[in-house]
Amino acid sequence: MALPFKPRYCCDTPRARTSAILAYTLRRTLILIVSLFVAAVVLFVLLRLLPGDPANALLGVGATPQQIEAARAQVGSDQPLHVQFGTFIGNLARLDLGTSFVSRASVLEEIGNRMSVTLPLTALGFLIAITLAVPLGMLSAIRADRWYGAAISVISQLGIAIPVFWVGILLVTLFAINLRWLPSGGFPLRGWSNFGEAAIGMVLPALTIGLVMGASLLRYVRAATLDVLGSDYLRTARALGAGFTEALVRHGLRNGAVPVISILGIELATTFLGAVVIERVFSLPGLGSMLLLAIQQRDYPNVQGVLFVSTLLVLIIGFAADLAQRLIDPRLRGRTRVEA
Amino acid sequence: MSDVAASPNRRRGIVSLTLMAGIMLVGLHIAIGLLTLVWLPYEPNAFTGGRLEGASLAHWVGTDRLGRDLFTQLMIGSRIALTVGLGAVAIGATIGVSIGILAAFASRWLDDALAATLDILIAFPTLLIAMLVVAASDTASLGSAIVALGIALSAIVARLTRILAKRVLVMDYITAARTSGSSWPKIVAIHVLPNIWPTLSVNFALQFGLAVIAEASLSYLGLGAPPPNASWGRMLQEAQGTVYTAPLGAIAPGIALVSLAIGVNLLADGLRARIDAARTLS
Repeated sequence: MALPFKPRYCCDTPRARTSAILAYTLRRTLILIVSLFVAAVVLFVLLRLLPGDPANALLGVGATPQQIEAARAQVGSDQPLHVQFGTFIGNLARLDLGTSFVSRASVLEEIGNRMSVTLPLTALGFLIAITLAVPLGMLSAIRADRWYGAAISVISQLGIAIPVFWVGILLVTLFAINLRWLPSGGFPLRGWSNFGEAAIGMVLPALTIGLVMGASLLRYVRAATLDVLGSDYLRTARALGAGFTEALVRHGLRNGAVPVISILGIELATTFLGAVVIERVFSLPGLGSMLLLAIQQRDYPNVQGVLFVSTLLVLIIGFAADLAQRLIDPRLRGRTRVEA
Repeated sequence: MSDVAASPNRRRGIVSLTLMAGIMLVGLHIAIGLLTLVWLPYEPNAFTGGRLEGASLAHWVGTDRLGRDLFTQLMIGSRIALTVGLGAVAIGATIGVSIGILAAFASRWLDDALAATLDILIAFPTLLIAMLVVAASDTASLGSAIVALGIALSAIVARLTRILAKRVLVMDYITAARTSGSSWPKIVAIHVLPNIWPTLSVNFALQFGLAVIAEASLSYLGLGAPPPNASWGRMLQEAQGTVYTAPLGAIAPGIALVSLAIGVNLLADGLRARIDAARTLS
C-alpha cells in the first residue's frame, strides 16, 4: 500500500538512527547524573533527620563529654551542615563510602561481598520470572477463551496480592521441612568457592522471587499481547497473507515489547529491593541483611552505603530500560519522558 | 498508564461478580476489624491454652508458642491492616493530590522540575526508606509505619494526579470556565477533581493493598508495631520458627493477608470496569 507521504519518525538512514540514539543516550545520561545528585541530597537529609547524633553509635553508655566531642570530631558531625554536605557529596563522587562504625571494615568492600549473594539471587529470580511470565502471559491472552487462559489470569491476580516472604515460608515448609529436598536457608561461609552448596542454597529463594515476580509480570505480558492482538497492523498483516504466528512474531513482538520493557525495569528494581525480605526468610548474608543489621546497630556508614548503592543500581536499571525502549521503538527516540 | 484489564466487552459480564467478591472480602475484614473494638474471643496477651496447640473448638486456629489464642490475634490483625491501609492512603492522597495539582497548574519550568523529582522519588526504594524511618523513630510504632508508607505512596499519587489533571486542563470547558472568570481554586474544585476522582480512587484501592503488604513486610522484618498491636507480618515471623510443629500459625495469617489484598484489588478492578462502562455509555 503506497502512502501519500513517507512516514518519517526521526531516523530514516542508519546514520541518522545512530545519531538519534546517541543524542538520547547523552540526554538520558545527564538525567541519570542529576537524579543521582538529587538522590544523594535526599539521602543526606534523611540521615540528618534521624534522631540522635551519629556519633552516639560509637559510644557506650555513660561516655564523658570529652569522649562525645572526640567521637563527633571523628564522625564529622561537629561541622556545620554545608561542610558536612560538601564532604558527603565529595566522598560519594569518589565512591568512598567510609568504614563501618561497628566492624571498622571498608563499607564498599562489605557491600561487594554482600553483592555476591544478592546479585545472583536477583538475576536468577528475574530469569525464572521472565521464563514463566512471557510464554504464559502470551498464552493466556491468545487463548483467553479457554479455561487454562482464564486460569492463568486468575493466578496472575495473586501476584500482586501475595507477600513474597509468605511464599518463601510456604516453599520452605513444603520443600525443606516436609519433603526435605532442599535446605531451608543459609549460605556457606566460604561463599561461592563452595559452589555446590552455594548454588543449592540459592534454589528456593530464587524460586520464591521468580514465582511472585513472574505472576505480577504475567499480567503485563497478557495486557500487551491483548493490545497487539486487537491492533490494526496485525489485522492488516494477516489480510496481506501473513500467518498468525508470522504476523505475531514479525509485527507483534516488537510492539508488545515496548510497554513490557518499562515494567521489566520496575520489576527488576523491585526484585532487587525485595531481596531484603527474602534474605531474611532464608537467612542469606546479602545486601538486605546488611542493611537490616546496620539499622539495628545504628551503623550509619553502612546504612548510607547500602542505600546509596541500591539507589544507584535502581537508577541504572531505569536508564537501561529507557534505552532499550528507544532501541526497539524509533517513535520514542525524540522524547525524554513517555507519559501515560 | 497501560490498561491491564481485558477489553471491556469481554469483561462486562463478570463486572458485578468481581466487584461483589471485592466488596465481600473487604467488608468481611471491616466487620471483623470493627468487632475487635467491642469484642474479642480472648484477651490478646493472655496465655489461654497450651503452647502451639492445633486447631480446636476453643482455639479455632490454635495457639502461638506462648499459648496465646491465634484467632484473636488474626482478628486484631484485620484492624491493624485496615488502619495501616487507610492511614497510609489518606496521607499519600493528601500530599500526592496537592503536589500533583500544583504541578499541573504550575509554570512549565516548575512542572518539569516537579515531574523529574517525582520520577526520581518513585525510583527510590520505598521499603528501604520506610525501614529507615521506622527504625529511626526510637519506639517502632504503628504511627511511624503509617507515616513512612504514606509518604512513600505520595510520590506515586502525585505523578498520577499530575498526568490526569493535565489531561483535563486542555479541555474546552476549562478554557470556557477561565474566560468566564472562574478562579483557579474553583476550577480545581468544580472541574478537575470530580473528573480525575474515579481514576484516582481506583489507584487508591491498589495503593491500599500495597501499603498493607508493605506493613506486613516491615513487621516481618521486626520493624513493626509491638504486641498487642501485632500485625499479620509479625505473626508470620514468629510462626516461621515453629512451622514444623504448628504449620497453621504460618498459614492462617498469610491467608488473611492475601484475602484482604485480593479483596482490595478485585474492588479496584470492579470499580475500574464500572467507570469504563459508564464512560462508554455517556
